[in-house]
Amino acid sequence: MATAQAQMETKWWSGGKSPFNVEYGKLMMWYFLMSDAFTFGAFLISYGTIRFSQNYWPDPNKVFNAFPFAGHANLPLAFVSLMTFILIVSSVTMVLAVHAGHHMDKKGVVKWLAWTIVGGIAFLACQAWEWTHLITGHHAVLMDGKIQEIGTTVSMNPWGAEVPGMLHNGEHVTKPGPVAFGGYFFGITGFHGFHVLSGVVINIVMLVMVMNDVFERRGHYLMIEKAGLYWHFVDLVWVFVFLCFYLI
Amino acid sequence: MEHPAHPEVTFHHAPGGDETVKRIIKTTVILSVITLIELALGFWIYFMHKSPDYSHGFVLFLKGVIVILSLAKAFYIVGVFMHLGDEIRNLIMTIVVPLLLFVWFIAAFLWDGDSWRTLRNTHGKTKPATEQQQVEPAAKKPGGVE
Repeated sequence: MATAQAQMETKWWSGGKSPFNVEYGKLMMWYFLMSDAFTFGAFLISYGTIRFSQNYWPDPNKVFNAFPFAGHANLPLAFVSLMTFILIVSSVTMVLAVHAGHHMDKKGVVKWLAWTIVGGIAFLACQAWEWTHLITGHHAVLMDGKIQEIGTTVSMNPWGAEVPGMLHNGEHVTKPGPVAFGGYFFGITGFHGFHVLSGVVINIVMLVMVMNDVFERRGHYLMIEKAGLYWHFVDLVWVFVFLCFYLI
Repeated sequence: MEHPAHPEVTFHHAPGGDETVKRIIKTTVILSVITLIELALGFWIYFMHKSPDYSHGFVLFLKGVIVILSLAKAFYIVGVFMHLGDEIRNLIMTIVVPLLLFVWFIAAFLWDGDSWRTLRNTHGKTKPATEQQQVEPAAKKPGGVE
């Protein structure tokens, strides 16, 4: 409370100090993340606009109902829940790495940073599986009067409305769905996945620097905080990707 | 701190002890529980969709609840994990106030998408949109009944 009082009385704009009480790098990381939030926001809002402009949109519970090694079992929401929990847990390990950094605890930083990297790689592996499953999983679609087997790509969408009473190899034949679905799904989850990938690379660079005692010599682990901000942002974006593509 | 790494920073945060770890664990539990509630609501919607005469209004309400829960998750991630809640007010405001643009951004564009659909559904035949004109066969008379 004494600090809060002192903060109130400080003349933040009188010069000679940061008016935001943070170092340059951290402030700029915040502004970068804010601009990145607008980029992701624009993508998701554009997706929403197209979705609102269509009379029919694929049901996510039908599209995303597979789980690795579960064959054709109908498991809606299961795999994406796993991915969500992987990302939440890796966010927690990252906070713990930052916390260890505050205490100049090199061993703790190495341990938690390594777990964060493992979580990031696990998430990317899940995403790779999901993309492969969508692209290579073919479904019977009635196109131009013929039944054709197509997967989900940026130019094809087999997830249209069911053609009443038409079956093909025991599967309901559908009409082609809105083409924009694949483009938005692969575009936005791909852009997010690219952020995860670069976050993993940043964390690996941080891990190597920690192990080489770079921060120990510098006297502080503030770089871990900045990497942490980026990593949490990736988790934050996933909250909204998860919301827009899988839940609603 | 013994080594003031950045002289421009006036108040250095004292490194947190056990209570910081407790706060992290508490936030983890909150995030997990919110996610589980979201999943439960998602499954509820899934099972409602199975019956042909489900209430669209109620599904929309459940989706609204899921959106609010996601915003709560975002609040906890930014406030606790990213420590924005511990920064001084000036910094918080320069991050949060620009994000208010999203309010207009979301409302305007979703409204636009909806209006696009309504226009196509109601005037699609009499006032064809440009893309529909392109797919119509050239020989067809304008305004002809399909």
